[in-house]
Amino acid sequence: MSAGRERLVAGYPESLTEQAFHYCPGCTHGIAHRLVAEALDALGLRERTIGVASVGCSVFAYNYFNCDMQQAAHGRAPAVATGIKRVLPDAVVFTYQGDGDLASIGTAEIVHAAARGENITVIFINNTNYGMTGGQMAPTTLIGQKTTTTPLGRVAENNGYPIRMAEMLATLDGPAYIARVSLHNAQAVVQAGRSIKKAFQAQLERAGFSMVEVLSTCPTNWGMTPVKALEHLEKVVAEYYRVGVLVDRTKEVAG
Amino acid sequence: MERRLMKGNEAIGEAAIAAGCRYFFGYPITPQNELPEYMARRLPEVGGVYLQAESEVSAINMVYGAAGAGARVMTSSSSPGISLKQEGLSYIAGAELPCVVVNMVRGGPGLGGIQPAQSDYFQATKGGGHGDYHLLVLAPASVQELVNLVREAFDLADKYRNPVMILGDGVLGQMMEPVTIADPVPVASLPAKPWATTGAQDRPANLINSLYIDPLELSAHNAKLIAKYERMAREELRFERYCADDAEILLVAYGITARICRTVVDLGRQAGLKLGLFRPISLFPFPYAPLADLIAEVGVNKVICVEMSAGQLVEDVRLAVEGRVPTVLYGYPGGVVPLPAEILSRIKGEGGANGVRRS
Repeated sequence: MSAGRERLVAGYPESLTEQAFHYCPGCTHGIAHRLVAEALDALGLRERTIGVASVGCSVFAYNYFNCDMQQAAHGRAPAVATGIKRVLPDAVVFTYQGDGDLASIGTAEIVHAAARGENITVIFINNTNYGMTGGQMAPTTLIGQKTTTTPLGRVAENNGYPIRMAEMLATLDGPAYIARVSLHNAQAVVQAGRSIKKAFQAQLERAGFSMVEVLSTCPTNWGMTPVKALEHLEKVVAEYYRVGVLVDRTKEVAG
Repeated sequence: MERRLMKGNEAIGEAAIAAGCRYFFGYPITPQNELPEYMARRLPEVGGVYLQAESEVSAINMVYGAAGAGARVMTSSSSPGISLKQEGLSYIAGAELPCVVVNMVRGGPGLGGIQPAQSDYFQATKGGGHGDYHLLVLAPASVQELVNLVREAFDLADKYRNPVMILGDGVLGQMMEPVTIADPVPVASLPAKPWATTGAQDRPANLINSLYIDPLELSAHNAKLIAKYERMAREELRFERYCADDAEILLVAYGITARICRTVVDLGRQAGLKLGLFRPISLFPFPYAPLADLIAEVGVNKVICVEMSAGQLVEDVRLAVEGRVPTVLYGYPGGVVPLPAEILSRIKGEGGANGVRRS
């Protein structure tokens, strides 16, 4: 590039506020927030978007997304989003939920929103534990994983098996787009951003329910350094929860 | 609008539509099914949405979302289902969202029964869910009053940004009476809701929220809610007096029980007893002062609280009476609707006991 001809190649997303994140060092919630904001910016949706924050580490998501927000009770975000979308069918409505919220207390709400083909977008952060409350076992906790309520590691005989939510919801006819992505390295982050944008595009096409499950780190409760947590995410977590597109009933969008 | 014969549950639906309600999130439970069924049929005709939720829990959270998006919205259920809605109602009250919830009460506890009861009085008037909050609670005694109060409920919900409960029972929901429904409110004329989440176009982002992590902020939020309930107590007291001006024995009852007690008063007066009736219509705010004033001004020497529950309304009655005259309870819990004659025979001291229906 010649001198004097600067070109902005990356900026701060308009769909994020300037509030500093409260997340722990090395947590990938911040990256996921930014990817959502970048997708809203890229599609020009900020001014017609209503987000729904859930209960968990992302309970304060309304402080970070620079769009209208509602804060929902634990697990109920898909029901709240349904109420909003039925009143404002031309608005863009998304939920941002963790795995305790979505895969445990909120299973009825997510299953039925998906089954109805509710035209909303769900961003589902799976970090295999209840982060906000101090690292208890979640439905997504891996077999053998130590948490504060499985101090010797999760045992199937006692605690059952981890739930693969994306695969479970993919059996339904209502979803238009379901993908699982990971945030373990730059390449994965770029792919995650594409999937999140695609999920919002599915909503714009009124194709039905869309969800992106985002595999995320929890260095604090996993007891790992941020770098080690990223390795664990790639080598262990993503081994059980395989990334990929599980449902795509959207129209093919060029590019 | 012309006068027509309508079932209570269906009349609620038509009154809600006339009040500008276009969104209803329901879940089946006896004895209120005619209301969601009516809305499923009628709302699409007026450009609205009826959605059957996967549970009462989801239904009330759909109400939260729709109310937060600025709509006039309603849900209904009966006692066990209303218990499930308590979490959502606490959030709705905390987030200061207007909505109307109908409870066609049936006997409890647990699955209880499906016959009419008034045993959700505490749950309705004292908060019901967690935290310091109140619903505004209205208790009609006829299908026409049901229709009128549904219309008013939507206006009160918007005025206070607070959930309003219509507290009925199986009798009111099931019985048919002639009603006149006021002309529909043009939806365009409804009050503007600049706080609603409708998309942050040309304005800062709006937030619907009940989370205040800083105790001082939460305390200030609670103070604001308390001030709202105090304003309700000043401005929204509703009650009716019947033959009370010279009453020596005052019956206090609400809803369908008050309707029965009117007959008791008439029968008693024919027999030479100076009976009167005080009927609270707003159960929260409760008309404490009007009841206390009545007792003082008329020279009542005994208050009898008649309720289809085991002693819930009587606690508020006693708070109003403050021990000035004896206050006794005639309680009929469990889905038993008392007959006028049996209430009158108890007044005459001819027998009968709380919780027992003489066959």
